[in-house]
Amino acid sequence: MKFLRQILAIVQKDIAAELRTKENLSAMIVFALLVLVIFNFAFELQGLDITVLGSGVLWTAFTFSGILGLGRSFAAEKDKGSLEGVLLSPVDRGAVFLGKAIGNFLFISVMEAVTLPLFAVLNNAAIPWFPLVPYIILGTLGFAAMGTLLSAVAASTKMREVMLPILLFPVTVPLLMAAVKLTGGALQARDFSEVANWFSILVAYDAIFLVVAFWVFEYVVEE
Amino acid sequence: MSEALITAKKLDKTFGARWALRSVSFQVNQGEIVALVGPNGAGKTTLLRMVATLSRPDAGSILIGKIPLAEHANAARASIGFVGHQTFMYDDLTAEENLTFYARLYDLANIPARVREVAHRVGIENRLGDVTRTLSRGLQQRLTLARMLLHQPAVLLLDEPYTGLDKVAADLLDAIMADAKKEGRGILFSTHDLERGLAICDRALILRAGRLMYDLPRGKWTNLAGFMQIYAGVLESKN
Repeated sequence: MKFLRQILAIVQKDIAAELRTKENLSAMIVFALLVLVIFNFAFELQGLDITVLGSGVLWTAFTFSGILGLGRSFAAEKDKGSLEGVLLSPVDRGAVFLGKAIGNFLFISVMEAVTLPLFAVLNNAAIPWFPLVPYIILGTLGFAAMGTLLSAVAASTKMREVMLPILLFPVTVPLLMAAVKLTGGALQARDFSEVANWFSILVAYDAIFLVVAFWVFEYVVEE
Repeated sequence: MSEALITAKKLDKTFGARWALRSVSFQVNQGEIVALVGPNGAGKTTLLRMVATLSRPDAGSILIGKIPLAEHANAARASIGFVGHQTFMYDDLTAEENLTFYARLYDLANIPARVREVAHRVGIENRLGDVTRTLSRGLQQRLTLARMLLHQPAVLLLDEPYTGLDKVAADLLDAIMADAKKEGRGILFSTHDLERGLAICDRALILRAGRLMYDLPRGKWTNLAGFMQIYAGVLESKN
């Protein structure tokens, strides 16, 4: 119970700080919307089929704006040494990781919840909420978990804003491929059996990297 | 006989080729205030961070009470309160939210009452609702002291705690340390303000270039001038 209470404390602290400034969320949402609008102009002029290209557009918006939030996740902790304040307390390092990862997952999910309806409106596309939303949630879960771990790594470097995408994108290639394929399958209303392999890859990635990030986090944040 | 709260044995630490600490051993007992003095780069901050579990020694061991840091750091952390160079506070949260957050990490009971109690102790009870970024440096330092006291740790570690404090706040810090001493806590603090630091401490450790040059109980010097004579000798010595 103490472990869960500490996770909750970290999540609530991040939400309280974000609600006060709204800096991260607004930056993420504006960036995602800009991506959608730019792609919309490009595809409308070409007369391309959005059900084929939509998955790539959506995940481009999700990942690039998601990385903005992830980048600030540990930078804010480092600015006034507050991460050290957390590490001074008798809190399990796994609880710190899970608290930060859950916060990041929630912020990225809010950005996605705003982006997805706008994508539908701009492209006049019917959104198959099921199974699209579960696919996006699964993709976001792995992305937030790895992003949280690598954000902690990048925050310790001088060029943290540059380092995070350099570290994160190569590692999340399998996850992004699976998420894009599944999203594409949902937009084209394809049968689940056609994308079941990608679903397995996504679930396996989430499970493996959540566990790996959970165990490795201690070595990343401690000297 | 009072119990040892910090026992450091033969601590070594290097940063690259440079020795930050070299075979440093000392002890801080219950109800004892120990000042850590030395020139810049002597290893004071490294030593305090090591005892606070924020840094690991290359060699040697540290016990907090009877708990070895190397094996049971998390158990020891519940007994340590640390004030460092940074505030450890979240700028966008209020003072109360910051203290509540840390109290939750320490899994304290009756958190609102405890937060008010420590805020009152450091004189910021009227500023609890203020966002931390709007507080002055001195008030933020008081908030940091409140965070250190939250979980009533047996060991207090303070790294140059007088920095940024006005006379009133520095007197308050002295009073907090004196109270902690009465309550049987062990206090280890570093300072460049020798006059103030020596006035309150029971013992002074003089570090130079990572070596513990002297461990001087109060009886070994009679006044500031007497201490300065020893200190100047340490700074001028070649070894």
